[in-house]
Amino acid sequence: MYEILEIKNMSKTYHSLEGETRALDNLSFNVYHGEIIAIVGPSGCGKSTILSIIAGLVQPTEGEVVFHNKNRDIGYMFQSDHLFNWRTIMDNVLIGLEIQHKVTKESKNRVAKLLDTYGLADFKNHYPNQLSGGMRQRVALIRTLATEPDLLLLDEPFSALDYQSRLKVSDDIANIIRNEKKTAIMVTHDISEAISMADRVIVLSNRPASIKSIHDIKLTCNNERSPIKCREAPEFKDYFNCIWKELDIYVK
Amino acid sequence: MLNRNKNESTSFSQSHLDYLRSVKMHLLKIRLSQIGVLVTFLLFWEVAATLKWIDPFFFSKPSSVFTLILRLGRDGSLLKHTSISVFETIVGFVLGTIIGTIAAIVLWWSDFVAKVLDPYLVVLNALPKIALGPIIIIWAGAGMRGIIVTALAISLVVTILATYSGFKEVDKEKIKMLRTFGATKLQVLEKVVFPSNVPNMVNTMKINLGMTWVGVIVGEFLVSKAGLGYLIVYGGQVFRLDIVMAGVIILAISTFVMYQLIALVEKKFLKWRQ
Repeated sequence: MYEILEIKNMSKTYHSLEGETRALDNLSFNVYHGEIIAIVGPSGCGKSTILSIIAGLVQPTEGEVVFHNKNRDIGYMFQSDHLFNWRTIMDNVLIGLEIQHKVTKESKNRVAKLLDTYGLADFKNHYPNQLSGGMRQRVALIRTLATEPDLLLLDEPFSALDYQSRLKVSDDIANIIRNEKKTAIMVTHDISEAISMADRVIVLSNRPASIKSIHDIKLTCNNERSPIKCREAPEFKDYFNCIWKELDIYVK
Repeated sequence: MLNRNKNESTSFSQSHLDYLRSVKMHLLKIRLSQIGVLVTFLLFWEVAATLKWIDPFFFSKPSSVFTLILRLGRDGSLLKHTSISVFETIVGFVLGTIIGTIAAIVLWWSDFVAKVLDPYLVVLNALPKIALGPIIIIWAGAGMRGIIVTALAISLVVTILATYSGFKEVDKEKIKMLRTFGATKLQVLEKVVFPSNVPNMVNTMKINLGMTWVGVIVGEFLVSKAGLGYLIVYGGQVFRLDIVMAGVIILAISTFVMYQLIALVEKKFLKWRQ
């Protein structure tokens, strides 16, 4: 496991006419290849800002993001799937490659294969409004995988789904990420989701967000690392209680 | 939709067939009522004018309007006036749509320009552009050019504002999604802002078309050389109300046909909505 990304003393202050808001306060952590990191924190603490900064969409006020990886492409997955209604599933998935002028026969085949592998083979020529919420979110993930990033940033990717699809889709997506040997940083406010999917959970404080603790998640679930199975592991509720308490102090 | 269902009707249950029939009957009822309203209106008008309940000199009557339309059709003047007005409208409409869309793109591209121009656009939008008619006719010439410029003056600001507000309403997160792939501003415009605004732009076109017709008719009132607007003004001046009515009816038909053409375009481009 080698390091692919290093966050060094990252701080972010937002300015507006009403005043300034310090969103992030001196965050430092490393990301290793192949792991899933979950970032949990109270709502509005600036979790999504971390992802925007890593993605290069927002500049940090202080500190830096150091990539140790050659492939600096990142895949960003949102709360909502943001599929374009006027494009077919295939065309939606190709949009990243289109923007990077990388649509070739090979890349098309590769993307088509991804759709086949993850149960969307029959829907390539459908339009998004013909798909269920869970399927749409899977399409959104394949869209981010299409440009072959090593690092995926997931911004509360399941919170727009109902509870059942949420379990199923988080299972699917954790499997896809592990199968494709990607690294992922996931922001969520759902503690169980974080514990069941991630290798490490970073707990943030209230705004300005700083790191309260980092938990290595080690669950005994018969070598079968599927998030749904992991929820049955005996250690699950200990992690849950521990993280819950850390967050609870700050709920007013 | 209904036709397709009819072809597959063998596989449906009796209750579903009943349902389909009731939907069809309902649509038929609406159509028949629509025609009924028109026929009743025309009949009442005809009878009222014939029996002198209303003065046929001021109100004319459907039969004489109809014979007049036939007569104008035969001597070619109907085709001439209609085609002139339709041509002016099409030119004004196309120019208005193109210039308006380009202007909206400029405003979307540069927030600074949009903010600088904002008060001017607001004033121009509120100003009754018909007031500019006489000046435009003098500047652009008392002919087809003046009429088209009048039409543009009336339709353009609305087109710009409606298109621009549609551009601005594009989901910021969708733009962010494209930017995570490294999209440039031009790509954001091409991949999301423009395509997601097609429904809005079609609606704007419908408004634009109505505005352009207003401009063309006003222009023809002022220039008074040819066209349906001229026909109407001329009829009014010589107290030939049948000419006025004929002009209005042809105008209504032309507008309706052009409107339907836009609706057709809409259907073709928005197949993902079905």
